[in-house]
This record gives sequence, structure tokens and C-alpha cells, in this order.
Amino acid sequence: MSAKKEGIKKLSIICSKGSLEGIYPALIMANGARMEGIEVNLFFTFFGMDAITKKKWSKVKVATVGNPAMGIPTFIGAIPGMSAMATKMMMKKMDSLDIPPIPEFIEMIHDAGGRLFACKASVDMFGLAMEDFCPQVEKVLTVGEFYEMSAGAEIIFT
Amino acid sequence: MAAKVIAGTPVEVNEEGYLVDASQWNRDMATEIAREVDIQELTDDHWKVIDFLRRDAEEKGGSPTIRRLKKAGGIDTKLLYELFPGGPLKKATKIAGLPKPASCI
Repeated sequence: MSAKKEGIKKLSIICSKGSLEGIYPALIMANGARMEGIEVNLFFTFFGMDAITKKKWSKVKVATVGNPAMGIPTFIGAIPGMSAMATKMMMKKMDSLDIPPIPEFIEMIHDAGGRLFACKASVDMFGLAMEDFCPQVEKVLTVGEFYEMSAGAEIIFT
Repeated sequence: MAAKVIAGTPVEVNEEGYLVDASQWNRDMATEIAREVDIQELTDDHWKVIDFLRRDAEEKGGSPTIRRLKKAGGIDTKLLYELFPGGPLKKATKIAGLPKPASCI
């Protein structure tokens, strides 16, 4: 408990979900940590890799189906274009709060000194390679390497 | 709140050392507050940030964000972190005599 009083010095954040509401919490927490002077390693796995995949990072959408918190009945959420519309509305609101779109946010976190990595198992599973990722991604890491890098860090899974 | 003398001028600061009244601030204070947050010397680049923050607070009010500093102030994010290591916005606003930013971004 006494260690907590010293404050958090280092964070590892795992981003595992590919929806808008899955990715943003990880990015906001990573950026916020850098703003507090906390060392940050961001690890993207499974569909969370959409946030760093060039073909996908500007197309991430909010889930309107299977997301009870949206308050939209499933059959309405499933209408084509619903997810795109909800995403557009949400992005507009976020922009007014200076929360940037994903590509800009990734650049911001990288400029802030946050380090970005992709998960080896997911990369192999989805048949991706380094050239599929944005230039801010430093390396593809195995889980073991991730744990090594996280020595002394708090780990957050989103 | 507490009374404090910064650069020979008595001012009110909050429990974290931020000036309560931004209008009490002057440029000599900036140099002294900077040393308190471990920035020994304010360069022209530091001043560019401080001047933008002061101007922006006056014109727009509210909390500045790092994104706004880049987009409206033309201040590179990488440089900002180099200038104010260990918490750029927190330190820069403190030096500029402004309230601690209430934004998460």
C-alpha cells in the first residue's frame, strides 16, 4: 500500500477491442498518463490492432448492435448506416472536446513519448506485417517480451 | 489557499501552488515558478508556449489542451514535452500563472 503513495511511474496499456468505445479509453488513458509524466507502453492485440492498422484506423466505428448502453433496440442498430451515423455524431462531439480522430491521437501519443507495439500472436493470426501498421508502431512483440518490458509497471487491460 | 511571495510580489496560491488570480502574474514570476518545477531557464521556446497560454486564456478562457497548443498555437507536441518534462500542460500553466487544466486531453 505504501508504494501507491509514491504515485504511478510506469504503465502498460493493452488495447484489445476494435470498436470506437474499445479503442478510445486506451488512447485517452495513455495520453493522460504521458501528460502526468508517466512512462507508457501501449500494446495492441486482436481487433485492438485496428487502431494502428493503416487500412482501418480511420474507419473504426461505435457498436450499435450488442451494446445495450447505446439505448437503441438491436433491430434498429442493425439497419445499414446506423453505426456510421452514431460514429459520426460521437466523433463530432469528441472533436469539440479536442479529442482527436484515431490517426491524430496515435501521432499525439507517440510525440508525447508513448511507445506503441503490436502483439505477435495477433499479427500472425490476422496475417499482418509491420508495413500494415502506422509508422509510430515500434515493433511486434511476443507476450513474453511485453511482460519483460512491463517490469515495474501497472498493467491496464481494455 | 495561501499567501506567498513570488519574485517580490505577494500573491495568493492554491494548495498545489497555482496562482488563484491570473491577473497577479508577471514575467519575473514565471522564471521563479519555473525553477520550482525544475526548469532552470526559460528559453524563447518556453516563452512561446507561455505567451500562447496567456493569450488563449484571455481570449477564450477554459482549459487548454495539447491539441489546441499544436493546432492554434503552432507548438509541436514533441517539443512541448521536451520543454516541460514530466507534465507539460500542468507545468506550463503553472508557470503562466493560470489554473491547472481541467481537461483529460
